[in-house]
Amino acid sequence: MALRKVKGNLERMFDKNLTDLVRGIRNNKESEPKYISQCMEEIKTELRQDNLAVKANAVAKLTYLQMLGYDISWAGFNIIEVMSSPKFTYKRIGYLSASQCFHQDTEVLMLTTNMIRKDLNSHNMYDSGTALTGLACFINGDLARDLANDVMTLLASTKPYLRKKAVLLLYKVFLKFPEALRPAFPRLKEKLEDPDPGVQSAAVNVICELARKNPKNYLSLAPVFFKLMTSSTNNWMLIKIIKLFGALTPLEPRLGKKLIEPLTNLIHSTSAMSLLYECINTVIAVLISISSGMPNHNASIQLCVQKLRILIEDSDQNLKYLGLLAMSKILKTHPKSVQAHKDLVLQCLDDKDESIRLRALDLLYGMVTKKTVMEIVRRLMTHMDRAEGTMYRDELLQKIILICSQNNFQYITNFEWYISVLVELCRMEGTQHGGLIANQLMDVAIRVVAVREFTVGQMALLLDNAHVIVGPAAARSSIAEVLYAAAWICGEFSQLLANPKATLESMVRGKVVSLPGHIQAIYVHNMLKLYAHIIATAEEEDDTEMIEEVTNLLLERLPVLVSSGDLEVQERASCIVHIVTYVQKCHKNGDKVGADLALLMMGELNPVAPKAQKKVPLPDGLDLDVWLNDPPSESEEEDDEVYRKDIFVKADSSSKHKKEKYEPSEEELQRLRDVRKAEQANNPYYVKSPANVNTLPQHLVKAEDIPIENLYMNVPLKIQGMTSLDKYQMVDGWQDGKKRHKKQKKRSKKKDRAVSSSDEEAPPMHVVNRDVGEMPEGAHFSDDNEADDRPEDDPHRALDINLDEPLAPNEVLPTRSHYEAKTQRTDEEEAKSLRSDAASQKKSRSKKEKKEKKEKSKKAKKEEKKSKKSSKGGDNLILDLVDELKETSLQDTETGTHVNGIDNSNKQKVADDLDFWLSREETSVPSLPVEKHEEPVVSDAHVKDDVEAEKTKSKKSKTKKEKKTKKEKDKSEKRSKKKEIQEAEPEVSSRNREEYEETNGTVSQEPERTKPLPFLRMLAEDSVLKMMYTTAAMDGVMSEVLVCIKFANLSSKPISNLQLNLPDSGALKMVRIDPLSDIISFPWTLEAEESREAQLSFTAEDVTIPHKLRGFLSYTQEGGSSQLNVRLEFPVVNFLSGKTASRSTFTDLLSSGQLTARSSFTVPDCQLSFSEILDEMTRGGSLAVVESVDQTASMYGRSLHGHHVCVLVKYQTSGRLTVDGKSTEGTLLSNALDHLKTTLMQTK
Amino acid sequence: MIKAILVFNNHGKPRLSKFYQYFNEEMQQQIIKETFQLVSKRDDNVCNFLEGGSLIGGADYKLIYRHYATLYFVFCVDSSESELGILDLIQVFVETLDKCFENVCELDLIFHVDKVHYILNELVMGGMVLETNMTEIITRIDDQNKLEKQETWLRVTFGYSQSSKIHSKGEDFSQQRTSSKI
Repeated sequence: MALRKVKGNLERMFDKNLTDLVRGIRNNKESEPKYISQCMEEIKTELRQDNLAVKANAVAKLTYLQMLGYDISWAGFNIIEVMSSPKFTYKRIGYLSASQCFHQDTEVLMLTTNMIRKDLNSHNMYDSGTALTGLACFINGDLARDLANDVMTLLASTKPYLRKKAVLLLYKVFLKFPEALRPAFPRLKEKLEDPDPGVQSAAVNVICELARKNPKNYLSLAPVFFKLMTSSTNNWMLIKIIKLFGALTPLEPRLGKKLIEPLTNLIHSTSAMSLLYECINTVIAVLISISSGMPNHNASIQLCVQKLRILIEDSDQNLKYLGLLAMSKILKTHPKSVQAHKDLVLQCLDDKDESIRLRALDLLYGMVTKKTVMEIVRRLMTHMDRAEGTMYRDELLQKIILICSQNNFQYITNFEWYISVLVELCRMEGTQHGGLIANQLMDVAIRVVAVREFTVGQMALLLDNAHVIVGPAAARSSIAEVLYAAAWICGEFSQLLANPKATLESMVRGKVVSLPGHIQAIYVHNMLKLYAHIIATAEEEDDTEMIEEVTNLLLERLPVLVSSGDLEVQERASCIVHIVTYVQKCHKNGDKVGADLALLMMGELNPVAPKAQKKVPLPDGLDLDVWLNDPPSESEEEDDEVYRKDIFVKADSSSKHKKEKYEPSEEELQRLRDVRKAEQANNPYYVKSPANVNTLPQHLVKAEDIPIENLYMNVPLKIQGMTSLDKYQMVDGWQDGKKRHKKQKKRSKKKDRAVSSSDEEAPPMHVVNRDVGEMPEGAHFSDDNEADDRPEDDPHRALDINLDEPLAPNEVLPTRSHYEAKTQRTDEEEAKSLRSDAASQKKSRSKKEKKEKKEKSKKAKKEEKKSKKSSKGGDNLILDLVDELKETSLQDTETGTHVNGIDNSNKQKVADDLDFWLSREETSVPSLPVEKHEEPVVSDAHVKDDVEAEKTKSKKSKTKKEKKTKKEKDKSEKRSKKKEIQEAEPEVSSRNREEYEETNGTVSQEPERTKPLPFLRMLAEDSVLKMMYTTAAMDGVMSEVLVCIKFANLSSKPISNLQLNLPDSGALKMVRIDPLSDIISFPWTLEAEESREAQLSFTAEDVTIPHKLRGFLSYTQEGGSSQLNVRLEFPVVNFLSGKTASRSTFTDLLSSGQLTARSSFTVPDCQLSFSEILDEMTRGGSLAVVESVDQTASMYGRSLHGHHVCVLVKYQTSGRLTVDGKSTEGTLLSNALDHLKTTLMQTK
Repeated sequence: MIKAILVFNNHGKPRLSKFYQYFNEEMQQQIIKETFQLVSKRDDNVCNFLEGGSLIGGADYKLIYRHYATLYFVFCVDSSESELGILDLIQVFVETLDKCFENVCELDLIFHVDKVHYILNELVMGGMVLETNMTEIITRIDDQNKLEKQETWLRVTFGYSQSSKIHSKGEDFSQQRTSSKI
């Protein structure tokens, strides 16, 4: 009945579904906007319905309209309603719509937190999957913070499908909520070894994304990735890993050396082009990072270049493109190997594909030599003539100039040729690189003195034919810029001009007014230079006619420029007019002013270094941060801000910077002028004029109509006398005809040889000033101060986090209790914002949700309590974190009690682990068998279970044992005093365990091992004072043994003046504050029945033999002083540390063949249980269990001097115990096994 | 990272647009238009990569596309993605579409853009490659379709059924398919 009703409803309501909408739009092609607005209205009515099916239909239609460009963000709330539907069908529609139109600033998103959490935790896998996918598109900071924990929970899901998605989503969470990175990272790292390849791949993907932006933080993961690379066959994942290594190698050259071998193997073996290509890329990165020291260095480059050649020669355009791309990377460091393939690159220049041509151009840039530059440029010029489209032509032009000008014209021997090239380039239509050409012209003119006269001649011609260059097409191009250079060169080097007067005339006559302002200004200024030169020479020759002629010419033409719209032109022109009239006046009086005039333009111009301006030291008393004008009043700005925010929510940020117009006062103008003068003084190209020039009287000039000669030329003509490349054509043998290609080639080769040999013999034609340029005194060109060049808002900046440091107590993902209050509030806000009808519906729902929440949190709390009791919270994430935190905080309080004032930082240790991994390979045989890295996944899981069982067993037995020992000790000692020591004991053990677990990043993935018991021994004892000590090898940078001495006052009176006199032996030394004194005094007093701890560090020269230290301790009690003899024993195991143990290093070690020394012992009838044996052997953390299966265990320890000790323990049910040892050091191994044997026998 | 996935036809009409970075609707349309102009003027026998447009990306981004019959499939990716890998991903995407729609044609994409989105969501999530194994992808899509069918027993509109194709087939994509490289 109900069904039928619903059905009827649906049929009535569904007047238009998505298909109808699409069809409708297609049928209304002429009036599409009208039709769509009509549909929008329908959709709006549909959204007002209570029926969720109708709403879902409407939202689906909206999603389609969104694709067509219609804004649908107004329906945000309805979309959320559809998302919250219990039906998967509708939920999916809602999430799709949300992922298309929501973004991080969408306000309705704050309503979704609880709903998404519910979906994430849904029992239906696809509900969670849809939520994860959607979330990846629209997650914002708040959602990331509130849901981080839920996503983390999904990492432990039993379904790979969800794990995979959760892993990927983590990346987005980190981006929006960087604080989550550190607490979540260990979990993410675990996923690298997930049994499901998809999850593994996702984890690799995320870490690669993270590492790409901040590679240095992920260096410590290199061993894990290396293992994955050598064992995986998933090409997708391999590509990612290899790309990641490409980013890591620049930071750690040793890593590169390790990589070369497996990568070259892959290059040889793989058939997948994509993988091959990435391998080559990373090999290139490696080769760049290691400059020397590789034996088969050249072989690798040759291999890469060879393979790339194959790619480039392939008919597939994609491979060709990528080949060229990779080739250009090799070019930077190994240009010679690439130059051998010049033929191939030139061939690619003719390719019909523009992308390939551009890549080939990039390559050409690096392939140029002195011999080939003319040929290559010639070739490019012909390409330019043929090229269609200005974009490619501009690119060519730019490349030609880059090729020629690189390294201050390193490859150019004939500068006349280069000037000709530049002049030729001026004739290219519609180029955007006029400025570039102009710069080159000026640069060459300044740097190459020998070619200056030629250049000046050419520039004079250019000026004379300006109308040809600045043709009708010039409006859209910047070619007029070359006139800037031409005018400047002619003016600056006017003494080299053949006919200065003619040049002056052509400058004045041309359509100066039609040029851009800054070029006009240069024209005007250089007219003066020319004028000064003409006057000076004319005066010498007493050519009054000439003087009069030029003066009149200028006075006649300049007034047009005085009335120019451009301020600069106006100012300069009026200045010059006055100078000229002054000169005229002087001449009338018969004075000679030529020399004075020349003074204005005195001085040589030199090239200036690119950073010179930046390096100019700040003069004393100049504060650049001080406002030049009074800052605009703040209140005004604030008002403005509020106003804007109210009306335009997303006001364009640039509009904020709009400044109001203001009329400068006289004072301000003066100030501006000063600033400008200062600027001009610093401008190297600005010719400084003596101050007295400005004092000429102001004088009005009439503007006159000047007849402008219109010489309109549509086609660029050959200009007589203008240089052309034709005369250099003989140099190269390139011809484009295909038929004669072969013959021509041979011939051209001969010619080439002939030309090049003569090239070599002939000394360079021109001397070039190749200095970097002038710099202010004391500044150096090399020191640059570029820091992080990423934009401020790049989220990856915030993710530059050190992941190797242990977690601090405050670093937790926000837990539920945290957001409980918050979500309630948002629910209220939600309710407010709703219209009344929807509100009631919503309220009841949110109430339900709240109830559920409360119940859940109660349950969670109960669970927490339970698991705390059982102290086995392996699958509870929050608890795990809490545990970790407790441990770290314990550690925090523990450190710092060091008497010697030295503490180890964990960071160094992690770095040390990496060092260990990297150095290991260098000493071992280069080709590691790949199979050794593989670990059968199935058996892995099996082992884990076993170890789990083992662990619980050992825990039980341990507690029993502890009780036993306690009882025994109680018997022998007084109860009250014993208590104190017992209290202090667990503290030490927890610290030891802490160091052992926290410091080693790789260990965390291994099955949990039993924690080592402290190595507690008696130091000395009398009726008043008792001293116990433990030792631990502090592996790391300092390589020392830490001795922790516990003093216990057994009497009821305070002990003071504790002094330990412990002279060093030959091979064992204490790290002392005062190296000259043998005595260590403890600054505290030991109160009655109090116990205290002190730590001492020792370094050993030889760690392969046991050591002893003798000394005495003196103390005072009640005025009387006593002495105690002290004996510190250091068996060799004290110098071992199991902290760096991990299964992979262990197997690697065994397979590497480094462990040459062997030793073993057997105990025929051992009384201890297997777990007790393990406890004994790992006492003090000197050895660590790598793997333990049934009744056998493998252990590992590393000495402070880097010797490896591997031990295999076998226990048979008959009580027979065999211990086999392998090590890199024989003495160490035999001494260690002797010690272990005695301890095991003793405890029996 | 993949920044955007666009599908449009030979006339530049959008058939699917997925942006993994936020752009407003107007900007999205401009990007589609610009991308179409960049891609459409290229011959079919030139390479499938081109430097990113001015609106989307910048120097680090590339457009990687394939042209099948009447449709262009364009992925805008940054340098962390392998170019050839993405080409294969496009291939996987199209082949999956082909399997799900039984000889897919432009009309399928026109009328079932939502389904195409769901399929894409199984390949790429939030701009990162989620799955490349076609069998796995198809299993997931089939599972979800089954789930949907169970719910919409009324089969009013939403249940996509293979038997009730309403329209005639256009040109077949598979004709122009090149072999996969991975």
